[in-house]
Parts: sequence; structure tokens; C-alpha cells
Amino acid sequence: MPGFPTLIMKLSIGMYFFNVIHRGNDMSLTRRRFLGWIGAAGAGTLLGREANAAANVHFKGYPDSFAVLHDITLCVGCRSCEAACNTVNELPAPDKPFKDLTVLDQRRRTTAKTYTVVNRFQNETGGDKPVFVKKQCNHCLEPACASACFVRAFKKSPEGAVTYDHSVCVGCRYCMVACPFEIPTYEYDQALSPRVMKCTMCHPRVINGQLPGCVEACPKEALTFGKRKDLLDLARERIRKNPARYIDHVYGETEMGGASWLYISGVPFSQIGMREDLGVTPAPELTAGALGAVPIVVGLWPVLLTGIYAITQRKEKIAAEESRQAVMEAVSRERTVSEKEMAAAIEKAQKDKEAAIKQAVKHALDDAAKKQQEVKS
Amino acid sequence: MSEHTISVNKSVLTPFNLVAGVILLVGTVITVLRFTGGLAAVTNLTDDNPWGIWIGFDLLCGVALAAGGYVTSAAVYIFGLKRYHSAVRPAILTGFLGYALVVFALNYDVGRPWRLPYPFVVQQGTTSLLFEVGACVALYLTVLFIEFTPAALEWLGLKRARTLVVRLTMLLTIFGVVLSTLHQSSLGALYLIAPSKLHPLWYSGYIPVFFFVSSVIAGLSMVIFESSLSHHYFHHKMDETHLRENTGVTLGFGKAASLVLAGYFTIKVIGVSVANNWHYLTTGYGAWFLVEMLGFVALPCFLYAVGVRDKNITLIRWTSAWTVLGIVVNRLNISLIAFNWQLPSDQRYFPHWMEIMTSVFIVTIGILVFRFIVTRMPILYEHAEYK
Repeated sequence: MPGFPTLIMKLSIGMYFFNVIHRGNDMSLTRRRFLGWIGAAGAGTLLGREANAAANVHFKGYPDSFAVLHDITLCVGCRSCEAACNTVNELPAPDKPFKDLTVLDQRRRTTAKTYTVVNRFQNETGGDKPVFVKKQCNHCLEPACASACFVRAFKKSPEGAVTYDHSVCVGCRYCMVACPFEIPTYEYDQALSPRVMKCTMCHPRVINGQLPGCVEACPKEALTFGKRKDLLDLARERIRKNPARYIDHVYGETEMGGASWLYISGVPFSQIGMREDLGVTPAPELTAGALGAVPIVVGLWPVLLTGIYAITQRKEKIAAEESRQAVMEAVSRERTVSEKEMAAAIEKAQKDKEAAIKQAVKHALDDAAKKQQEVKS
Repeated sequence: MSEHTISVNKSVLTPFNLVAGVILLVGTVITVLRFTGGLAAVTNLTDDNPWGIWIGFDLLCGVALAAGGYVTSAAVYIFGLKRYHSAVRPAILTGFLGYALVVFALNYDVGRPWRLPYPFVVQQGTTSLLFEVGACVALYLTVLFIEFTPAALEWLGLKRARTLVVRLTMLLTIFGVVLSTLHQSSLGALYLIAPSKLHPLWYSGYIPVFFFVSSVIAGLSMVIFESSLSHHYFHHKMDETHLRENTGVTLGFGKAASLVLAGYFTIKVIGVSVANNWHYLTTGYGAWFLVEMLGFVALPCFLYAVGVRDKNITLIRWTSAWTVLGIVVNRLNISLIAFNWQLPSDQRYFPHWMEIMTSVFIVTIGILVFRFIVTRMPILYEHAEYK
């Protein structure tokens, strides 16, 4: 589990802050700040950038899977592969016939009606001849589309093809967002049954022992079908034998974890519309870290939140208890004081009363003495 | 009788209702076009740009701006800030409507909307971040619905059912925070798989964290923003408690928003540093990134702080609107503006007017339903029998 010690550390930092602010006076502010800290600390650790959950497992593709090697130096841009693809996949008729080479004037991409296109590029490294490159699904070893599909409509078959099952497709088009080669297309004009459309590597033909349509049609042997490991050897051998003719790189060997279509070229790939900045990380690894955080969030959040809730409740209870006690103390203090006052008052009243009685008695005696004297005299 | 009818007509035919009516009408027509002619009939989506504003605005902004529900209920029920209690119901309602509309909008965007349950009932693509988003949004919509029901049950006078649901408050709140953490971050994590398409200034391994933290900002700001609108239009519906607590809510949430914005600014800077993307700041995209960071993160952070210090409610309210706009800018940057940045300009996406109209249509439905509910149910006031 990447970053686990950091997680523990951040949590303890979070608890430290909590303890600090716990003693603060303005609880409303401090708890809110705590929310931010705990959130930032927890989520920050959990969703960090390491996506190497599967780093120990390096998937090199299914053993003995098939692939196609496209030798770009041999392609003459005749579009025979496009025509064959259209026929074997029973795609709609093209706007312009396949013999019309003026379509090469514009750079094209795959569409819902064309699984493969050939593009023409000026040879920037000298050479007066243009360069022709065929483009279609690269059938990645660990496909981004398959990783991104939330209904598993894409599958990497042991034969090498990445196949698509339109019967479960919801049409979210996340596969198109995910694909680094911008291959999947969509039938935007279909109201009720739109499908993702892309090259199938002629999977139905291959499992019947036939060649993919494009490979079979290529008149210049610019396309070679075979076991992927054999084709890698073939590609390297061609480069070794003709170092002047080829760039020393087999495109598709490692790009995004490797693909079942391999390319060798006489000009840098970036000059002929093939991105060289994709890296070697397979697409699933890019999201593995974020997915790995899910169980941790599900496991930890309820514990933390319930804990915070319990602490809040307890604080309130203590506060209530304290205020109750304070009131009781005040009341009893008041009571003692008032009792004393009362006693003093009673005592005073008693004394007053006694004094009054004495006075009255004295008066009475005086009166009686006076009367006696009056009687005597 | 005739006089009565006239007075009713007068109250219904307000300028607002007329505009809303026209929007609903246009929206209905576009809906028909969408489901008879396909996505191509009403959108500018292409094979290069499979996601337009129905994802960038309706989904990403919709979910972020509906975060007020979990932020407020967590603050009040878990963190015990009971003096914000009157803010819970409006926030839950806004959240519930927000999520309901997100799901409604998805029905326009996906190719075969009737298959939306497929990832759960037919085949589970658990390697997909979108599966996580879908599962959490579906569950959280249910949670929000249950959290909202006490208001409806009080309105309907179903006391026993209401008591039962209220007992679940704590459980639902925790569940809501867990689900929100997951899908708010996963919406950002959706883009982790496309490093070659999203501009490096916006692409980051931390993007799930950015999305989660900014959803807290969005939630806090939406509560302030929504309450200032409600104060303007539904003042008569608010009871004394709501009015008395409102200043405290605005000040407290403004202070929280300022702090979280400061944290967000910091982690965004860390994101740029970790990837060492400083050199991009001198490019055109860099300038736009700085506009987002300084104009829509640093500035509202400062304005919120000033507003709270001076107890300037008006400033806080305007800042909340600005922050909400900033969240929209951020989500559109990631989904549309900085996405496919390497494509030639003629292959870039700009929404069709009918896509924009559909989004307006959906927001209008939200406002109308919100108005329907707050004028009838105990949202901005406490029901006399349940105080």
C-alpha cells in the first residue's frame, strides 16, 4: 500500500490539530477548520499520484498473441487496405471511391464509417518522396478503452484483438476520452442504436485462420501478420540490417504498455502524426491509485466521522453537566447566604420583641407603682 | 367568477413564468430532435470531442455545485454546529435537485440512456472510474432523496414515516459524506487516464484531491449563494429562526470557504511544483491558468476573509456568486478548454446552441421544481407541529 506511513503521519497531524483546537474557545470555527484539515490530510494521502499498485506485475501481453507489423517505409498510399477493410467489415460505401487518391491531400482520422485510414506526410528529413502511414486501432496490450469502460464492453482477446460488444454499450463515450491514439468513433447520427466503431483486427477472420482484410490486400507487404514476439524480432532485424533506412525504434513495443500493432519508420514518428510523448505506463496503472483509495475511504471515513460525532456529543454532554452543576452550586451558595440572613433577621426580631416586652413590663410596673402611690396619698 | 379568473391569470403570467415557459417549450422540441435524430442532430460532438457541455457543465458543475448538501449536513449533524441547522433543509433540497438533474441530463448525453442500469445489473466494469462515479451518484441520489423526505412527509402529514426517517439522519449523513468524497474525487480522477489530452497545468496525479477539496468550496459557496437568492425571492416563506440564523450561516460559511480556498490554492501550487510545470505559465494556457488561480481562487479567498472580518454580508454574498462561477470555470477548463489542447483549432469543440439550450432547459426545470417545493413544503421554515 503506497503511502501508508504517510497516511498514519497525516492522521496523527490531523489529530494533533484537533487536540489543539479542541481546547479553543470558538468551537464553531475550529471544528470547521478541522473538517478541512482532516479532509485534506486524509484524501491527500489516499489519492496521491503513485499509481503503481500493480507495479510488480508487468503484463507483457498474452503469450503467442497475434500482431501486425506496419513497415511505413514500404507503404505507397494506394488505399487497398482501406478498400479491403470496408468490404470485409461491410461498412457503408465511402463518399469518394477508394481509387481516388485526392483524399490524401487532407489529414484524416478514423470515423464511424472507416476503421482505417492512410495519411500522407511530407518527408521532413530530406527525401523527396512523401511518407504514407496507415492508422487504425493499435489493439493495446492493456487497453485504455477496456480499462475505462464501466460495462466491460471491450475485451482484449488472447488472439490479440481488442473487441467491442455493442449489446451492452451504454454510449457514455469514456473509451473515446481515454484512448491515447484517438481511435474509437461513435455513430452520432443513430438515434436509437448508436455504436462505438473501431477496427476489430478482423477478429472473426483471424479465429477462422484468415488474415485481417487489410494485411491480405496490401500489395507492397507493408503489413505483416504474425505472432507478436516474432514480429518484434522481424522489426528489429530489419532495423539492424538497414540502419540508414529506419529510425531505431519499434513504435508500439512499449507505448502505453505496448500494443498489438507495431510500426517501423524512416522518419521520426512525431513527424508522421504518431505521438512520442505517451510514455510506457499502461492506461490501467494511471487510475489504479485512485481506485485503490476507494476501500480506504469507505473504511476510514465512517470511523473518523463517528468519532468526531461522539466527541462532539460528549463535549456537549460535559458542557451541559458543567452548567447544571454551576447552577446548583450557585443556588446552594445563595441558599446558605439567605439562611444566615434569615437567622440574623429572626434573631433581631426576637431581640426587638424581648426589648419591647421588657419595655412593656417596665411600663406596667411603673404604672402600677404610680397607682399605688396615688392610692396611698 | 370572471374577476377571479383574471386575478389568477395575472399571478401566473409573470415575466419569469413567460420566459420559463418559452425555455421549456424549446427544450421539449430539442428533446424530440435528440431522440429522433441522434446526438448529431443537436450537438457539435465529434470523434475527437466525445464529451461536450452536457458532461462539462451538466455533470461536472452540477455535481460540484450540489455539494452543499453533504457539507452542510456534515457540519450540523457530525461537527455539531447546531446554529446552522436552518441551512440544512435548503442545502439538502438544492443537492437533491442538483443530483436529480445531473442524472436527468445524462439521459440526453449517453447514446442509449435506457441502458444506464447496465453497469450495475448486466456487467460491472469495476476498473473504470466512471463505474465508481455512477455507483456513488446513484446511491447518493437515493440518500439525498431520503434526507429530503422529512420535509415532504411533514407537508403530507405522515408523522410516523417522518419520525422513522429522522431517526436515520446520522447514518445518512455519514453515508452521504463517504459517497460524496468518493464521487466528487472520482469525477476528477476520470481524467487521470488521459494525460496525453489534458493540458499539464490541469492534469495532475492529485486531480481527485483537487476535485474533492473544490467541491467543499462549491458546497459552502452554493449555500450562501442560494440563501441570498432565497432571501430575495422567498423572504415571506422564512420563519424567525431562519432569518435570525442566516447572518451566522453567511458569516460562518464565508469564513470556512475562505480557509478551504486558501488550502486549495496551496495544493494547486504543490501540484504545479510536483510536476515542475512552471514553464507552462508563460504560455497562453499559463495565462489562463493564472486567471483561474488568482482571479477565481485567491481573490475570493481574500474577499471572503475581508467580508467576514467586516461582517459585510453583501460582500460575502457577491463573493459566493463569484466563487460559484470560478468552480464552473475550473470544471469547464478541465473538461473542454484545456482538454484536447494539442488539437488544431478547427478540430476543437464549441457547443451547438441546442446543447446550450438543453443545459438552460435543465437548469430552468431545477429552478421551477425548487420554487414549487419551497412555496409548499417546510424548507425555509419549521413546521409548527415538528419544532
